[in-house]
Amino acid sequence: MLGPFLETLIGGLLTGVLYSLVALGFVLIFKASGVFNFAQGAMVLFAALTIARLSGEIDGKEVHLANFVVAAAILGVAVAFIGWYAWREYVARGAGPGERRKLQMLAAAGALVGGIAAYSYGKGAWPIWLAIAATAAIMGLLAYAIERLVLRHLVNQEGIILFMATLGIAYFLDGFGQTLWGSDIYKINLGLPKDPLFLFEGVFPGGLLVDPGELVAAAIAAGLVVVLAIFFQKTRVGRALRAVADDHAAAQSVGIPLNTIWLIVWTVSGLVALAAGLIWGAKLGVQFSISLIALKALPVLILGGFTSVPGAIVGGLIIGAGEKLSEVFLAPILVKQFDLAGGGIENWFAYMLALVFLLFRPQGLFGERIIERV
Amino acid sequence: MTLRKAVLLGASIAAAGLAFASAAQAQNEQFIPGLIYRTGAYAPNGIPFANGVADYYALVNERDGGINGVKILYEECDTGYATDRGVECYERLKNKGPTGAAYVNPLSTGITFALTEKAPIDKIPVISMGYGRSESRDGSVFQWNFPLLGTYWSAADIIMQHIALKEGGFDKLKGKKIVLVYHDSPYGKEPIALLEQRAKMHGFTFTPMPVTHPGVEQKATWLQIRQNRPDYVLLWGWGVMNSTSIKEAAAVGFPRDKMFGVWWSGAEPDVRPAEGGAKGYHSAMLQHGAGQFGVHADLKKFLYDKGKGSAKWDEVGEVLYNRGLVNAMLGVESIRKAQTKFGKKPLTGEQVRWGIENLELSAARLKELGFDGMLQPLKVTCQDHEGTRAGRVQQWDGAKWVVVSDWYQSDDKVLKPMVDAAAKKYADEKKLPVRDCSKES
Repeated sequence: MLGPFLETLIGGLLTGVLYSLVALGFVLIFKASGVFNFAQGAMVLFAALTIARLSGEIDGKEVHLANFVVAAAILGVAVAFIGWYAWREYVARGAGPGERRKLQMLAAAGALVGGIAAYSYGKGAWPIWLAIAATAAIMGLLAYAIERLVLRHLVNQEGIILFMATLGIAYFLDGFGQTLWGSDIYKINLGLPKDPLFLFEGVFPGGLLVDPGELVAAAIAAGLVVVLAIFFQKTRVGRALRAVADDHAAAQSVGIPLNTIWLIVWTVSGLVALAAGLIWGAKLGVQFSISLIALKALPVLILGGFTSVPGAIVGGLIIGAGEKLSEVFLAPILVKQFDLAGGGIENWFAYMLALVFLLFRPQGLFGERIIERV
Repeated sequence: MTLRKAVLLGASIAAAGLAFASAAQAQNEQFIPGLIYRTGAYAPNGIPFANGVADYYALVNERDGGINGVKILYEECDTGYATDRGVECYERLKNKGPTGAAYVNPLSTGITFALTEKAPIDKIPVISMGYGRSESRDGSVFQWNFPLLGTYWSAADIIMQHIALKEGGFDKLKGKKIVLVYHDSPYGKEPIALLEQRAKMHGFTFTPMPVTHPGVEQKATWLQIRQNRPDYVLLWGWGVMNSTSIKEAAAVGFPRDKMFGVWWSGAEPDVRPAEGGAKGYHSAMLQHGAGQFGVHADLKKFLYDKGKGSAKWDEVGEVLYNRGLVNAMLGVESIRKAQTKFGKKPLTGEQVRWGIENLELSAARLKELGFDGMLQPLKVTCQDHEGTRAGRVQQWDGAKWVVVSDWYQSDDKVLKPMVDAAAKKYADEKKLPVRDCSKES
């Protein structure tokens, strides 16, 4: 009995880490802007589709060359922009006018170089690192477009309006991504190990089954969390982000540019979406259902709180382990007891678990207790 | 008259002329709606099917100039495999064309359930080829439903016969454990009744395990399978659920050659994403499999060589593409049959219903149509709306599907009493009139 229990627990925890990864994207944006970003799932799908299609694995279904050229151009511009920024910040601090022109020229040069690179790589089958880099740049551009075209016009509107706007973004991205890249199943090949591992075969009959691919995925997710923690705690931008999260108006009054912060936070959450898309895509194959994985993050958020990065992690672990254990051990008892048609309780059980937690901690596991005096 | 007015007048005359011309042309067109899905969670499976259907109608128009001169007017509506959107598509398309929809292929068991109630009122037959309610083959109750080529009870029975044959007879199944991993929807639940019946007859334990839409999270299910160690796993999945099941089976080390999918779990998009993990996996065949036959040569000549095909040429001949072709062909032949009675003109759904009910495709006719090797002869009657109950089993060898069995016939000694009981129950519940098929011509 202990063997199966441990096996389910480990499987659940590993799945939970993957839920956390999606939940993290929600938390980042909510923390910095108070918006529940419904488009997070769509961003995961969009990122995964872009990587999968750029990195080839083409089953006789080609991508239009223009897509590669544009992707490469965006990557080129991004590289040029980052180069220019670094040069300005660290080399020519306080350089005079003419910067804008320099930026434009650099960007154009970057775009040209990117275009040529794309063309020379021909149709498809970019190496995975190039595809990831290009997708990162595209997610950055997407964040810029969202900030510029949607969010900027909604400053000072009710939170619910912003939420509805992200709903629109979600549907747009779902459709746009599939129009651009197709709606078939595509593969992302990260070279994750596929054969199951059996641990402690001496202790438990048949051993404990662990999926090595999930172990690697969990390691990547853990690494990402560490990087984000450092980013938030140690960098200038991170401090600005936390300031904005605490109080928009106060942050603005000390000269923190809200628009830039939003751009950064959407870019970061785009990158988190990319990581989630990469891992889920490698696990399930890239197709529309990936965007539904976002729904799996909701009980995690209820449980962990909307504003806490550790909450997203611990919440993910609890939900992952809880739902698997309930499905394997509780469902058969329920089915037998009440003569149900079958199991399948894990979906609603996750929400129930989260709601029970809320009974005792209404602000979520790690959420901030909101005390307002009137 | 100013120039602006002149231009406007000219444009309106031209538009009126165009409208008139297309109306005149529409008089001799047979409208067929296409409830398909090229978007959403199930798109990877929906697209090749939709391409096959569209290509076959296009072929009939290009090669033969329509059905006896009546051009096919085909319009797609994307349901996304959602029942509500499917009903919406149906409502939007049912009255199009000079005579309304000839028939409707819902391409979803959920939508089929919904349209089963509407079809008799609108007098539009529902062709649910290889899906839908299993008892709807009983034409005396389900006058408007045609689950041609096979129902899920047939599919489950064919798989059980194959397993029994491998084990050395049905009596050898005693004490075995068989699990059904199913899509938690009307579709996935269909085979349960038959498998319970077979379990009772032969003394094996049968456990159904549901997977919720869209089926990307199955770890708990497969951990249970690993712990319970069943002898066989049957798979009633659709879309991404199939490839996920096969991947999870590989992840828990369940032998793939002990896994049997229904014919909707046996196409290329189901196994390819699982890569090496899918090798050895079996599925039932809705008669046809993958590959190119006579009809494909015509498709190449009349469509693909002219750049008019909907798919890429190397996708032509995949399992679901071929299923689309078969589905469209059965519809076209039903209309052709109906034309022998009602004349070579656009027909109403009611007239086409007669055509489907009297459809008979001999081996010779199938050869003429270019479908020999894909289908066995079939004959639809008033009582039997399935037409044939034959099927085979195929296995994925890592690169392609290989047919590994002879033809099976689902056992009507088991099926018929179940169909009769379920159909009678349905008729009683809905207070439907039951036709006496012995009096039908």
